[in-house]
Amino acid sequence: MRSLRAGRLTYVVLALFTVGSLFPLVWTAIAASRSNTRLAQTPPPFWFGGNLGRNLQVAWTDANMGTALLNTVVVAGTVAAGTVVFSTLAGFAFAKLRFRGSRLLLGLVIGTMLIPPQLSVVPLYMLIAELSWTDRLQAVILPTLVSAFGVFFMRQYLAQALPMELVEAARTDGASSLRIVWHVVFPVARPAMAVLAMLTFVMAWNDFFWPIVALTQNGSPTVQVALTGLGRGYIPDQSVIMAGALLGTLPLLLVFLVFGRQIVGGIMQGAVKG
Amino acid sequence: MTDETAVLSPSAAGSKEPAAEGGARGQIWRSRRYRWDLRWSPYAFVAPFFLFFAVFGLFPLLYTGWAALHQVELTDPDSMTWVGLKNFTRLWDDEFFWNALRNTVTIGLLSTVPQLAIALGLAHLLNYKMRGSAFFRVAVLTPYATSVAAATLVFVLLFGRDYGMVNWALSAVGLGAVDWQNGTFASQLAVSTIVIWRWTGYNALIYLAAMQAVPGELYESAALDGASRWQQFLHVTVPSLRPTILFTCVVSTIGATQLFGEPLLFNGGAGATGGSEHQFQTLGLYLYEQGWVNLHLGRASAIAWAMFLILLVIAGAARLLRGRGASR
Repeated sequence: MRSLRAGRLTYVVLALFTVGSLFPLVWTAIAASRSNTRLAQTPPPFWFGGNLGRNLQVAWTDANMGTALLNTVVVAGTVAAGTVVFSTLAGFAFAKLRFRGSRLLLGLVIGTMLIPPQLSVVPLYMLIAELSWTDRLQAVILPTLVSAFGVFFMRQYLAQALPMELVEAARTDGASSLRIVWHVVFPVARPAMAVLAMLTFVMAWNDFFWPIVALTQNGSPTVQVALTGLGRGYIPDQSVIMAGALLGTLPLLLVFLVFGRQIVGGIMQGAVKG
Repeated sequence: MTDETAVLSPSAAGSKEPAAEGGARGQIWRSRRYRWDLRWSPYAFVAPFFLFFAVFGLFPLLYTGWAALHQVELTDPDSMTWVGLKNFTRLWDDEFFWNALRNTVTIGLLSTVPQLAIALGLAHLLNYKMRGSAFFRVAVLTPYATSVAAATLVFVLLFGRDYGMVNWALSAVGLGAVDWQNGTFASQLAVSTIVIWRWTGYNALIYLAAMQAVPGELYESAALDGASRWQQFLHVTVPSLRPTILFTCVVSTIGATQLFGEPLLFNGGAGATGGSEHQFQTLGLYLYEQGWVNLHLGRASAIAWAMFLILLVIAGAARLLRGRGASR
């Protein structure tokens, strides 16, 4: 680690980056609190107006935001939970268990990361159409329930964090593999599981390409799909669109406010070991 | 390794269990179950991933290749007519495909190169000891939490031709307004800006993590040799980060080839054409237009495979680069 102290210039540049990162978000709120006519004037507004309540309300009803938010919570929550459990199981097997073909299988897991999602979209769509799942949430949940990144992430974590002696001791006590997972692996893996859960939740919440193919705005859309519907009115009301964008972003921003440091730590951890 | 003995010893002990002993039946049964558990539970643990991948990943992957050789319409996906390579030869003569490929490359370069360069510099700054470092890290990562949809809708407004803030700022400093949605280069630059905004902080954190793993002695000896901070950055930090930089290059390139949401929504409701003259239509968007607007699933599949081949070429090139660069 470096011990160099930051000079004043560093603070200035970092402050500029911070402004650049946060400004579009703050401005979303400003635009959402104005009227459509005020947004179509020069100079654009730099401070909050009094229309926030009305715009939020219109966005809420027009885009059916209540349902969309609920759907997104269900999707992102299920995907995060599934990914974490399955990744931990597989990660444990790859990190600590010996079995024939493990190297090959791990290589396959990593190889799947190279496949672009677009490559599977056409048949995936045909598959869910065949199952009459179009516009149903499981169409979005099931195809994303496992993640190669998750398996790799948990493997790297457990390889370091889980002492083999713990597993051996449990084995000597006659514990079955499932019991070992429950009583040894899960407790040890908890910090990494939390990080993976948050990363997956953010990713699933923001997922766009597949939901927009699988879900229409009239069925049961996620927030991201609902947002695109807002922009397609006859005369789109920009302040309402911004209110919708705000509604779709706020929940995650709250998560960031609370868990920001852990998420940062998790990304950095995954990066070093990855 | 210790884990091998852990796996071997119980089963070895189990086989030594003498069956002749009276009342050992339960024990035999237990040891058999135990061996069975040892042998098969690893497969059970990795099975969910491969099951889901087989159904929702591998099957679609192969089927896309099959569909690319057929004429299939979205309205009636069950009736497929064999057309051989026609979908591919058609793409070869399709000016919109080449246009989309060109746009994807341009937007990819415009977004990836500045993004990674800025992220590297940003990580260098975040690596200094300072007050509020946790705050800065979270702050630069915040855009990562916004969705493509929300971010693009906001940037559409910021880049508005008549009342957008960017043009207002440009005229305020005496530069002319730019038609961000209709100009070819301007629109591609605007779309790239959205990508840069969302992903720079994320990449900076990855670089930061790698920087913290660089041994301090390297900097100390460099400082003893009289290297300035800038020279230390160039001659110590950047070479140490080579594998990480390559990794982010590959990941960003994969991301860039799949660019979809930004150009779709930057169009202001006009749909999947990527601008009035397809000026920012990417391959991902063109695939979507062919499949879900024009309803030609076979052609969409061919585009998907073309994208995959392009990615394979890039991945191969990256491997070559890495093979040449790695001395370890």
